[in-house]
Amino acid sequence: MDIKVDRVVDAQGLACPMPIVRTKKAMNELNTGQVLELQATDKGSVADIQAWANSTGHQFLGTKQEGHVYRHYVRKSEPDEVKEEMTFPHTVHNDELERLLNGNTEIRVVDVREPAEYAFGHVKNALNIPLGELEQRLGELIPGSELYIICRTGNRSNLAANLLEEKGFKNIKNVVPGMSQWNGDVERD
Amino acid sequence: MSEETKPTTITRMTPHELTQIVAGHEELFILDVRNETEFNDWKIEGEKIEIINIPYFDLLDGIEPALEQIPDHKRLLVVCAKEGSSQFIGEQIAEAGRENVYYLEGGMKLWSEHLEPVKIGDLMSGGEVYQFVRIGKGCLSYMVVSDGEAVVIDSARMIQPYLDFAQARDVQIKHVLDTHLHADHISGGRELSNVTGAAYWLPPKDADEVTYPYNELVENGDIRIGTGNVNVHPIYTPGHTIGSTSFLIDDQYLLTGDILFIASIGRPDLAGKAEDWVSDLRNSLYELYGGLPEHLIVLPAHFGKVNELDVQGKVWAKLGDLFSTNPGLNIKDETDFRKTVTENLPPQPNAYQEIRQTNMGKINPDEEEQREMEIGPNRCAVHDN
Repeated sequence: MDIKVDRVVDAQGLACPMPIVRTKKAMNELNTGQVLELQATDKGSVADIQAWANSTGHQFLGTKQEGHVYRHYVRKSEPDEVKEEMTFPHTVHNDELERLLNGNTEIRVVDVREPAEYAFGHVKNALNIPLGELEQRLGELIPGSELYIICRTGNRSNLAANLLEEKGFKNIKNVVPGMSQWNGDVERD
Repeated sequence: MSEETKPTTITRMTPHELTQIVAGHEELFILDVRNETEFNDWKIEGEKIEIINIPYFDLLDGIEPALEQIPDHKRLLVVCAKEGSSQFIGEQIAEAGRENVYYLEGGMKLWSEHLEPVKIGDLMSGGEVYQFVRIGKGCLSYMVVSDGEAVVIDSARMIQPYLDFAQARDVQIKHVLDTHLHADHISGGRELSNVTGAAYWLPPKDADEVTYPYNELVENGDIRIGTGNVNVHPIYTPGHTIGSTSFLIDDQYLLTGDILFIASIGRPDLAGKAEDWVSDLRNSLYELYGGLPEHLIVLPAHFGKVNELDVQGKVWAKLGDLFSTNPGLNIKDETDFRKTVTENLPPQPNAYQEIRQTNMGKINPDEEEQREMEIGPNRCAVHDN
């Protein structure tokens, strides 16, 4: 299954260093938070894309292997990215959400990360609506139901929660600190 | 200009040429552009080799960080995993005005597979002994040649060099022997015997779980080469594995496998029986080897550091000399010996369990997987090199 990304770099058949050279070039043209998929057949790309992401501060999401093709997913980060203030007043901790998920109550978790982030691990049955698409997809959410908004670190979900409240949704909770520190079960695509 | 078609302004260095530099203790400055993890696991070593690591992807914005660290007057070799990145970075360094810039042909992949044959010496009854030095991994294998016939001992996974060597000397490989079931590299013994029709011999005590037919190496079951004057005499010397067998050849050469090295001794833990085999190991080294003539030339299956190579690139020592210089042969107290060979051992070789399974014939990884399993140093000795 194809994961929706903002940019695909096809480096199939190219040897090292070309997969990383092309990834770096494409990354420069992306905005912070956008996701790139690198397609490569060079096995060396598996370790190198992670090492490169580490050294540049970009967020490595994961690798899928299909036959002899590796698909690597990286999300653009800026090292000087300013952490926005958490302005939404209603938050629940990861642990509380985990407890609720293990209980009997029907609850709706909305994961506002990018599809590639979601694909490499999300809360069971979470609905994936990336922050950038939220405004267009409000129809998928039931007004008045309890909605738990989650992202990687609580930032994007904070923005999403504020947006939803503006649009008249009630019972919204921002889950903190988010998937980056989630200890409960995860599902993968 | 397209990114793939820059003119080559640098010189290729072959693994053979690099071997000459390492063995000849020549000076060389190496810029290794692999990622940090790969570099820390395993790199090119040499007495007068200076090496630094800057991953190629940290030099994509400019090679200045590398230029600052590279001395002007030395030969520079750029190295990567396969060769592409070393050419890419090397060319930019040359374009920046540096001279004497080389890249390693085939990168660390080819370096880890390169076998360099060197002559050890003649046999009294006619013939020669050759050592095949796998310098990138520290593995040593042997070919004994006499009267148009040859025996290969502890064959590396890559069998072509033995075939080429035998063909060039017009000799037929008749027997293929392994001193033990290897845990650090995949034996080419079975394939070599399949290709040449040679008999494949293994120590039966290491071959319990082996899935293919083989001949049993037994003490006093001598293997004769050529007209029969040269014989390979197996001596049962357990300790690294329970079947470990040494070979006395022509009453001159003692092939010690992974029991005795030049600067260290074999570790007893790679088949999972460290505690059980300590006394076997001690007995093999101190009693069995201790009872052999001092003039014997010891030829091990590994070296640790490249300073164990002599100027011609050979690894050898007189048995009598090792009893005074090798720390593993000079531990008087049994308890101390037990501690040395069971505690604080170096990390185990990469994928050693899978390598053993492959050597038993239980799993059949493809060539790329086999290559991957063999990455890194051999680590068969108790002393960390």
